[in-house]
Amino acid sequence: MPLITDAHLDAPDDFYEALIAAHDGLTEPESHALNARLVLLLANHIGSLEVLRGALAAARAGAAKTEQA
Amino acid sequence: MAVQQGDVDFQARTFDYVPHADQRAGAPVRRPVAIVGAGPVGLALAIDLAQRGIPVTVFDNDNRLSTGSRAICFAKRTLEIFDRLGCGDPMVAKGVSWNVGKVFLRDELVYRFDLLPEAGHERPAFVNLQQYYVEGYLAERAAQLPLIDLRWKNEVVATQPHDDHVALTIRTPEGDYALEAGYVVACDGSRSAVRRHLGLESRGRSFRDRFLIADVRMAIDAPAERWFWFDPAFHPHQSVLLHRQPDGVWRIDFQLGWDADPEEEKRPERIIPRVRALLAHSPAMKDAEFTLEWASVYTFSCMRMERFRHGRVLFAGDAAHGVSPFGARGANSGVQDADNLGWKLAAVLQGHAPDALLDSYAREREAAADENIRYSTRSTDFITPKSAASRLFRDAVLTLARTQPFARTLVNSGRLSTPTTLHGSPLNTPDAEPFAGTMAPGAAAADARVTRADGRDDWLLRQLGDRFTALVGHDPAVEGELQDIAIDGFALKLLSIAPGPGGPALIDRDGDVARRYDLQPGSVVLLRPDAHVCARWRRPTRAQVEAAMRRALCTALES
Repeated sequence: MPLITDAHLDAPDDFYEALIAAHDGLTEPESHALNARLVLLLANHIGSLEVLRGALAAARAGAAKTEQA
Repeated sequence: MAVQQGDVDFQARTFDYVPHADQRAGAPVRRPVAIVGAGPVGLALAIDLAQRGIPVTVFDNDNRLSTGSRAICFAKRTLEIFDRLGCGDPMVAKGVSWNVGKVFLRDELVYRFDLLPEAGHERPAFVNLQQYYVEGYLAERAAQLPLIDLRWKNEVVATQPHDDHVALTIRTPEGDYALEAGYVVACDGSRSAVRRHLGLESRGRSFRDRFLIADVRMAIDAPAERWFWFDPAFHPHQSVLLHRQPDGVWRIDFQLGWDADPEEEKRPERIIPRVRALLAHSPAMKDAEFTLEWASVYTFSCMRMERFRHGRVLFAGDAAHGVSPFGARGANSGVQDADNLGWKLAAVLQGHAPDALLDSYAREREAAADENIRYSTRSTDFITPKSAASRLFRDAVLTLARTQPFARTLVNSGRLSTPTTLHGSPLNTPDAEPFAGTMAPGAAAADARVTRADGRDDWLLRQLGDRFTALVGHDPAVEGELQDIAIDGFALKLLSIAPGPGGPALIDRDGDVARRYDLQPGSVVLLRPDAHVCARWRRPTRAQVEAAMRRALCTALES
């Protein structure tokens, strides 16, 4: 199964608000740590290595674009 | 009925102070309704009440319309309300209609949205129109209605509530006078004097950011779309919003950040280079000549009063609630307040409904304010990230949005005003049967193309009555059952809708009514006087429809 890149969230704005709220009051290192834990939790939920490799590649491509810009 | 369209210079217009006999009366004169503030909300409410036969007195502390573009974006639902008030046509004729928004990151288009991706609606998602035009057309419409007594240069300086009236003190160029009102509606803006007189507050959250608005007259060729830039090269690390307005005027909002000096930023020497930089980024615009029409630097808060009703004093528009400008939810929600209150106040004053109906105004519009504040706060948090983590995710979303469709749904440059669905309102009769579509109890009625019995094409919303309307999927037995319903003289208009010609019914030309309302033969959708759905059935009895009307008027005997 390939990585889903079309809109798939039940309630995008509610999710985004909750995501930002999860970082409220954290220092930058604490935020990084939270993000790392979050990635690992979601990765476990996804399970499929193929999908995770697809996500890693798409995220990495974004980094390359940002560096260019 | 509708006002004439003409090229009026509303910005230069002043309204004369005219002394009123009330000022010389021996004792304070009693008026049924006093509206404080002749902005879009106060004028819309005055027109609605007058059209319903209620004499209304409007006080405004100034004698001019607003300055500059201000509210600018008027939403489809607001235009439909203005249609009902008899002044939608000149606004749409004058305004710049638009449906499409584009979002850019730096100089690259990352996201395009269409706010009205389907046909079968008379009005566009938005028109852009300087606020003074909207106020001007409303004032012209108000001037056609003899029941409206609009008193310019009449400033309400004291408000004293009593059990059976509200005592007002009004200051004019000739001195103060006293007046009594059965009800007062405060439509006097974010710094509401009436709110202060009652010792009340609007509370919420202020945002540490400043924005420059510039109205710029220039001859450029760009489509009528909303363009929003995150971090453009011509205004780095901030956002910019561009809207086209009538008369060759463009509205530009530049985010400046909290440290900007508002007085300094208002100077043309500071504004002109910013505009020049914006134009220079585009080959099509780079040589455009321009002149500055109006500019302002603003900050904003998301806030509301705890309660919009305090006995005989009701609060509407910015007096009751405030939002950030992203999403055009300020004036639009204020006009929805007026739309919600007009029929209720008229029904109470005419003895069709108990005073408790006015509590539902507060309850429904407080919930609407919460929704608008939630949307506009989220947009503001995206545009102006409050923390390093928030900025990190914002930038990640924008970066991904260029290539990943899912991320575009997270880009938030403003979730633009749509009518609030009045979920959970005590005036709704909950569904007892399954229905598809979005026209659930509480929803604002959707428009559709219809063909009238005389063969002319028209619009569904133009056919609604001024009290209750029942949309009936054409069925002679159900139509017979529901003939001539009236609750204490408050009548029901039946609007039969058929898939094809051959009777007195409206024809559902494109099938949109059936689709949008899930209207089948015998189905009935009951609309309140403000065109919100309050009940629907597959094949109701007369008693069911009467009970739903009673519930919506708060005259139901059962709780």
